[in-house]
This record gives sequence, C-alpha cells and structure tokens, in this order.
Amino acid sequence: MEAAKPKSGGARLCSFCNLRKPALKRPKTLHQICRECFYDVFEDEIHNCIVENQLFKRGERVAIGASGGKDSTVLAYVLSELNRRHNYGLDLFLLSIDEGITGYRDDSLETVKRNELQYGLPLKVVSYKDLYGWTMDEIVKMIGLKNNCTFCGVFRRQALDRGAAMLKVDKLVTGHNADDIAETVLLNILRGDIARLSRCTSITTGEDGPIPRCKPFKYTYEKEIVMYAYFKRLDYFSTECIYSPNAYRGFAREFIKDLERIRPRAILDIIKSGENFRIATSTKMPEQGTCERCGYISSQKWCKACVLLDGLNRGLPKLGIGRSRGHDNDESIKDVKHMTGSKEVQGKPCGTLDF
Amino acid sequence: MQLTLEFGGGLELLCDSKKVHHVNVDLSDGEEKLTMKGLLSWAKTNLIKERPEMFMKGDTVRPGVLVLVNDCDWELSGHLDTTLEDKDVVVFISTLHGG
Ligand SMILES: [Zn+2]
Ligand SMILES: [Zn+2]
Ligand SMILES: [Zn+2]
Repeated sequence: MEAAKPKSGGARLCSFCNLRKPALKRPKTLHQICRECFYDVFEDEIHNCIVENQLFKRGERVAIGASGGKDSTVLAYVLSELNRRHNYGLDLFLLSIDEGITGYRDDSLETVKRNELQYGLPLKVVSYKDLYGWTMDEIVKMIGLKNNCTFCGVFRRQALDRGAAMLKVDKLVTGHNADDIAETVLLNILRGDIARLSRCTSITTGEDGPIPRCKPFKYTYEKEIVMYAYFKRLDYFSTECIYSPNAYRGFAREFIKDLERIRPRAILDIIKSGENFRIATSTKMPEQGTCERCGYISSQKWCKACVLLDGLNRGLPKLGIGRSRGHDNDESIKDVKHMTGSKEVQGKPCGTLDF
Repeated sequence: MQLTLEFGGGLELLCDSKKVHHVNVDLSDGEEKLTMKGLLSWAKTNLIKERPEMFMKGDTVRPGVLVLVNDCDWELSGHLDTTLEDKDVVVFISTLHGG
C-alpha cells in the first residue's frame, strides 16, 4: 500500500499535525490533511453531529440500513467504532432489504453478510418476496421497466420500517450524506415540492411515525466517505441496480458535482438554504392516518404499497401509479435510483436501501 | 514507463470489469514527461472500453471521480499537471455509485 513517494511537491505538511505528508484535500475546509488526522476529524465530526443533535439515547436499539454500498458500509464501521470509543451504550444492528433482483441484490447482500462478521453486528434481512409476495424481478416481468422505481421506492420504505419493527429497534439510521441531501434539496425545488423540501434536510424524520430515522452523515461529504473507505480498505459493493433510471435525479447529481468542483462549500450552502425554507401556513400538509388494510401510516384509505400490491395481484399493475405528487415516494434519494441497461455508472442505484 | 492503474467504485465496469491494470505508457513524440493529462487521454484510448463519458468530461475526469497518485489526492499534486514517474500507482474511484 505504501507506494512510491507522494507528489505534493514535498513543501507542505498536514495542516493539523504539521508532521506528516497530507493525503487529501478536505472539500469542506480545503485543508490539506494527512491520513491519520483525517481519520480523527472525520470520526470526530460525526461524533459531534450525533451529540449536538442528540440522535441517540443510552440503551437504545439502533438499526443501520445496510445496502452493502459505500455510505452504509462506512456508517456501520464508524458507528460501531464510536459506540465503543465514546460508550454510547447502543445496541446496533444491520438491516438489509432483499428486493429480489438477481445479480444485483444477491451480490450486495454478500457484502453485508461479510460486514456482519467484520463488524460483529447482527444482521436482519427482510425480503419483498416475504413481505409482499413479489420479488422486483417478478414485478418487472409484469410491468416492464417503466414504473418499477415507484414500486421499489414505496416497497423499500415500508420494508425498512417493518424490518425495524421486527428488530424492535428505537431508531433507524441511514447513510445519506451531504451530497445526497443537497441533491434532494435541489430536486424538491425543481419539482415545487415544498412539503418535502422542508423535511428533506431534517437530520431526524418520522418522529411521529413508528420508527424515527436519522442521518448521521448529513454534513459528511461523499468525497470523504469514499476516501475513508479507500484508505481503511473497507469492503463495499458498487455495482448499479439493473433496473431503469431516474434521469432527472442523475442530472441534479451531475450539477451538484460540477458546483462542488468550482466551490466545494456549495454543498453545505445548499443544505443550509434548504434548512432555512419554512413552510408557509397556506401550504397544506397531508394528514397522517393509518392504512385500513395493513395498518401502515398513510394519508389515504390504503397506503401506497397496498394500492400497488392490489394492482399487481389483480393483474392491473398500472393501478396506483401516477397519482403521487413527485416522482419519488420518499423525500430522499436512494429509493428511486434505478439505472438503465445492464451496468450504468451514472447516479446511484435505487437498490441502495438506505434512504 | 511502467504504471499501475486501478479503477474502483464501479469504474472497473468500463474496462472489462478489471480493477487493476499494469500498463506501459510511452511518451508521445516531443514530450519530455508524462502528466496526468497525458495519462488520462492514454487511458481513454487504451483502457476504457465503453461509455467514456462516465469517466471523462472534457479533458479531465468527470466530477465525482476521485483520483489518487501514490495514495495521495491529486488535488494536492496539481490535478492534470501532476507529473508521473516510473512505477507510480494511479487510482480512480467513482463516488457516483451506490450508497
Ligand atoms: Zn496530520
Ligand atoms: Zn397498507
Ligand atoms: Zn429501485
């Protein structure tokens, strides 16, 4: 791993310890930082974020939405590390969703199973097949590639809640990072979805629902997550979901990355803008009730998953599609990111189940 | 010049799903040194088999692709102007992939 000499011209040293050669430039601060100091600040910032926002209470059971991808893998690693180091007193679990996507999810689940052993965290896998009677492969066979993201997103959101209930956890944490949140802010603006815009920057959501969700990586840059995983040689999975794309979201992501290159702080500023939006009293928020069929939270008589399932089971899969307000059925990114063709590199996969 | 190029985070899918490539890159006529700029255009021609737009944008890597030269962020060594030497290890990682 210690390859040939670094190329930094040799002049400057790490701006923290002033001893070692820097290994990366922090996008957030533009500091040049060595690997050891980077691990420290990276972990400390997440710890501070957890403490300042009171994300957890001692003795809580916490599920980490684990897709096998970089964000949730780094989250599982760092959270178990911080839990030990700072004695949070948390019981941590990995929670994965098996959508039933051959060649995609089965491979990424292997990664999660290795993480289970590597980090010593108990793993629970819940499958679409068990919960709904359908795998994504079967759904796609039935409905084609056009609307499958709707199914995937709606089903995944509920599957995570159901898995969390099975684990009897108090909270669910997901690996959404600062770039993801900035992208979602932008998308919600582009869609005029003010309700989601005001929710999507919250570090904790669903406090009124069965299981609150939080995002300890809210202020963590994607670049640093990937650098951390690279330097620590963490084992993650990075092949795309094989089902269809969300071009609009891919476009927003590309735009965020272009901005970041010119001015890395743009990502934090967009999050800040999102935070500062307040819902006007005239904006009607949907009332929350429960689904008459399955008891899941819903603003309609039946929840979205039950409507979709009903359509599938009656052979009318188009039922329930197109009535939702946005394209996604969650405020966040990772639910509806299918990619086209066999192997796309653009954007993130829908199959990433932490949202 | 012997170099090791490594593609990760999904970029390996653009070059036959092979992550590590031991390559021999010759200087073009009239060039005295190989820079990252030269290496990128060499890689685009010789290694990337499909969808080069996932790897490059203009004459540099696509935003969201991290580059490390000998395990050091290329943002510290001058991006495209980074000079390469024999036995250097260059790593490309996409951050755009998976969560
Ligand atoms: Zn240092
Ligand atoms: Zn229902
Ligand atoms: Zn999907």
